[in-house]
Amino acid sequence: MSALEHLPGIDNGLLRFLTCGSVDDGKSTLIGRLLFDSKTILADTLNAMEKTSAKRGMTAVDLSLLTDGLQAEREQGITIDVAYRYFSTGTRKYIIADAPGHEQYTRNMVTAASTANLAIILIDARKGMLNQTRRHSTLAHLLGIPHLLVAINKMDLVDYDQATYENIKAEYLKFAHKMGLKDVRFIPLSALSGDMVVDRGERMPWYEGPTLINILETAPAAHTERPEAFRFPVQYVCRPQDSANPALHDYRGFMGRVESGEIAVGDAVTVLPNGLTSRVKAIEIGGQKIERAIHEQSVTLLLDDEIDTSRGDMIVKSAEAPEAVKQIDANVCWMAEAPMSPARTYLIRHTSREVKAKIAKIDYRLDINTMEHESVDTLAMNDIARLTLKLAQPIFADPYRSNRATGAFIIIDESTNNTVGAGMIV
Amino acid sequence: MTTLTQQTLSHLDWLEAEAIHIMREVAGQCSSPVLLFSGGKDSVCMLRIAEKAFRPGRFPFPLMHIDTGHNYPEVIAFRDKRAAELGERLIVRSLEDSMARGSIVLKHEHESRNKHQSVTLLEAIEEFGFDACIGGARRDEEKARAKERIMSFRDEFGQWDPKNQRPELWNLYNARSHKGENIRSFPISNWTELDVWQYIQREQLELPSIYFAHTRPVVRKGDLLMPVTDLTPAKPGDTVEDVMVRFRTVGDVSCTAPVESDADTVDKILAETATTTITERGATRMDDQTSEASMEQRKKEGYF
Repeated sequence: MSALEHLPGIDNGLLRFLTCGSVDDGKSTLIGRLLFDSKTILADTLNAMEKTSAKRGMTAVDLSLLTDGLQAEREQGITIDVAYRYFSTGTRKYIIADAPGHEQYTRNMVTAASTANLAIILIDARKGMLNQTRRHSTLAHLLGIPHLLVAINKMDLVDYDQATYENIKAEYLKFAHKMGLKDVRFIPLSALSGDMVVDRGERMPWYEGPTLINILETAPAAHTERPEAFRFPVQYVCRPQDSANPALHDYRGFMGRVESGEIAVGDAVTVLPNGLTSRVKAIEIGGQKIERAIHEQSVTLLLDDEIDTSRGDMIVKSAEAPEAVKQIDANVCWMAEAPMSPARTYLIRHTSREVKAKIAKIDYRLDINTMEHESVDTLAMNDIARLTLKLAQPIFADPYRSNRATGAFIIIDESTNNTVGAGMIV
Repeated sequence: MTTLTQQTLSHLDWLEAEAIHIMREVAGQCSSPVLLFSGGKDSVCMLRIAEKAFRPGRFPFPLMHIDTGHNYPEVIAFRDKRAAELGERLIVRSLEDSMARGSIVLKHEHESRNKHQSVTLLEAIEEFGFDACIGGARRDEEKARAKERIMSFRDEFGQWDPKNQRPELWNLYNARSHKGENIRSFPISNWTELDVWQYIQREQLELPSIYFAHTRPVVRKGDLLMPVTDLTPAKPGDTVEDVMVRFRTVGDVSCTAPVESDADTVDKILAETATTTITERGATRMDDQTSEASMEQRKKEGYF
């Protein structure tokens, strides 16, 4: 794992993953193990952790100290907020979103899951599947995380027993089948002793699959393997109008990020909402020309024709334009302490576009432990519900299942400017 | 899981694309942003990202430096040169002006001025009516920062409330604020020290000379090397040694210590960074060692 010396080495991109579980499942120990074995925890951090652990009367270093960043969390010994951790293996960079496991922190798990492309769901081998396991899996699925890795941890406490592992796996598979979870893998682990994390160890010869780090190293970094439609929300329009440089006089660059798909010079495009068509004249990064741009690249597009375009518009390929919709059905997680006021007007931010929205209907609230639908009049923090929203202006949307970037939105309360909800278009 | 088929960006390209996207969101959502530029390595990367985000246009924001008056002269010279090369406007506001106004009162003459930067920063925000400050802070620097949002809201007193942060999902950033309030935006939140050095290497970015190994008189205080300068002269009884050192972070002279190193090129620094055993701020920043929560406390008071 000390492949860091091989820098800069092969670049296999960046993988964002999420760890779900509680301290009891050994989540902090697992993160600590990954950081430690990749040499990311440095001596002075370890010293500080040793001191704090000793002050609290602990005999071993408490690895949760690494992830509990805020004073309030350290005082209360709980994790309140999502923390982001970083490590690199020399071939790939990783961003871990570490979310607290408890039910009252659903919104934090939703936040952490929104940017993850893989979720590690931890199960304590002694306890097997719990409500929490189902809840985490449901949320990971709802947020469209394409790859789930069920890590059956604490194998050291069940004598590395294969039957225990197989039983939990069988039970999870039944649940996965019912839920329609597709890409699920399993691995037995001991985060504490390190078996199957980075090294295989010698105590589970019956497991022939890859180690955890092997799975992470080879998992697709992209959100999807399918070809996706080209979506380019305009963030900013560049019109230099530099009197000293006549070449820039007619320059009109549309700046944004390729949220999905790809684009090349010469492609036929349509600008929404006005529906005018043109061709891509040039693609630039910082004034330097490139021939094509791929998913997640931030570029500037120049078009053959002069089309009036501003922030909030979207450039798409003419053959695959999304629908303009003024009413949407969405799964929404309520994030704010103040409950939703169904009579109020909220603001929705979808790509680079902001529109006013009214709640037409709360179809149901989802009990994420039982998957039952409940009838409610309002939403409280951590609730997940199916809503129908009416919009003041159209947005150019795809279902979240087929496009994460154009299927997601946030809800903003204009009086406080707070982000109060997160939505996924059905 | 299938194997890699779809083409993806290298990790540096991904980080750069994310940072460009964030800067453009600030420019698109805020009416009067400013980019904080100290001449340090992180803010040097920020300038390159701004070029990639907005050229051939001008930056949609001025640059600003909050000068403690205790900076290394090499860094100040570099700051001015870089701003001039880019042809962008540089605003400098100085702690000494705040001290003259009486808004900063030092406990004693030699007190570190680092934490007082918040006061001058807030005064400058008010003076120019900035609604967003773009900074080069990273989540891997310090544990209070690990939970900082990319768009971080500050109330009219410049305070950060870590327990009441706006949720931040996907890449849908909420940089809205009311008049008098302020957004702090951190486009390189997801970068590590190693990423910064790899980016400097790839983009061949120029840095102030004190980042590279040079001989400097220092006094050893425990694990720290205290630079001997006009501001921080040796005390009676101190043993002054000439040591080959470089700075890993660059801040106020009175609270930034160098590390022993003979790395005089970016390549050598990269090799050292990849194999170091001490964190970036741990080795060098006295202001973070006061207590476990010192960064969090300063951030609550309006510090970056």
